[in-house]
Amino acid sequence: MSGILSSSIGRKFAMALSALFLMIFLLQHFAINILSVFSPDTFNEVSHFMGTFWVIQYALQPVLIFGVIFHFVMGFVLEIKNNKARRIKYAKNNGGANSSWVSRNMIWSGLVILAFMILHFIDFWIPEINIKYIEGDMTGLIDPNVADSGFRYYEELVHKFHDHIRTIAYCVSFVFLALHLLHGFDSAFQSVGANNKYTKGLKRFSKIYAIGIPLGFIFIALFHHLKQIL
Amino acid sequence: MNLTLKIWRQKNAKDTGKIVEYPMTDVSPDMSFLEMLDVLNQDLIDKGEEPVAFDHDCREGICGMCSMFVNGQAHGPDSMVTVCQLHMRSFKDGDTIFIEPWRATAFPVIKDLIVDRSAFDRIQHAGGFISVNTSGNTQDANSIPINKHDADTAFDAATCIGCGACVASCKNSSAMLFVSAKVSQFALLPQGQVEATDRVLNMVQQMDDEGFGNCTNTGACEVECPKGISLENIARMNREYLSASFKG
Repeated sequence: MSGILSSSIGRKFAMALSALFLMIFLLQHFAINILSVFSPDTFNEVSHFMGTFWVIQYALQPVLIFGVIFHFVMGFVLEIKNNKARRIKYAKNNGGANSSWVSRNMIWSGLVILAFMILHFIDFWIPEINIKYIEGDMTGLIDPNVADSGFRYYEELVHKFHDHIRTIAYCVSFVFLALHLLHGFDSAFQSVGANNKYTKGLKRFSKIYAIGIPLGFIFIALFHHLKQIL
Repeated sequence: MNLTLKIWRQKNAKDTGKIVEYPMTDVSPDMSFLEMLDVLNQDLIDKGEEPVAFDHDCREGICGMCSMFVNGQAHGPDSMVTVCQLHMRSFKDGDTIFIEPWRATAFPVIKDLIVDRSAFDRIQHAGGFISVNTSGNTQDANSIPINKHDADTAFDAATCIGCGACVASCKNSSAMLFVSAKVSQFALLPQGQVEATDRVLNMVQQMDDEGFGNCTNTGACEVECPKGISLENIARMNREYLSASFKG
């Protein structure tokens, strides 16, 4: 067991586990966000629960942050190592003849997602942490001094998608997320050693997930944006 | 056919090397790629120039010696063939053909198109074998029943000729397909079970020590492999490695 993470297969395994964890998180994130389209009240209730329940805040949130950082850092470490494995490049390399563009450019789609994550954290996560843990307001209310002022989560979400540029940035990022997932989803299963009679079906499901979830996020962003400007 | 060849020329391992252009005239479409290079080399010799050095041996696709990156692909544009089985009919009159050596830090260029693939030998030495008692009481391998599927899958893995096209094609210069084929051919058979744990740990360790890159599952190796070695072998090696690591 010792040194498993220092081996190429061990790193690949760890990368796949963090990817699988993040893909489950993404599904849960989408399931909650889509509620904002159909029922703002339910969205508020669920958001308040997620934002205040101690198991999520103090146990799962740190695991998620670790998973995100680990996935990005390991991605860069592997990229640097892989570049060292071929110091002299080919004068002519027809990569398109044997592999997909998305599989060869995971680092670039990953970098766009990283840029998006920074924007997303500035938009939502950092203000949330500030309100709850710096200002100490755990009520989740628009005005903490007015009990019937209602939850602030839906209002904050809608407010962010008023801006054209931010909405476009979110949509473009989701396109890159789809590209990343198109290779990443079934690649994670291959990395943990799962290549068997179910792989064909898994590849089909991975395409549905990789396109469906980001498309759903684009729908949510456009829905809230267009609802405000039309 | 008239062609323009752009060939990597490098005097020795220390030389920086460069692409040199050679016009070729009256190339027959029936020639093999290596025969076309033979003609070029004869011309160069006749002119008193240094011929292009390239690896070759059996010229029938089973030795794994020929190793050229032709027009951006390992072993050229055809699938399931080595470069010695590639024929000039795969190109057309007026084409420019880039011919380069395998590119990987673990496969340093020795001269022109010849690279040092002894890293593969060292990986094999690390565990790509079974220890057989040869004291006179050796059991006949055929006395152990093996189901057909396992025997066939092991044989498929064993068809790897170790040419290095997987490393050359992989954007990360990963040797996973080669190593996984060598691990799989034993892992699938009862004779390979005794040393299975040490085998996979030692071979992967050696692969990493040689400076090959990390597999990112692009699948380029499987597509370019002249023997059609499947990515399933890499998944099997991952399972073998993880299970061996947890066993200690």
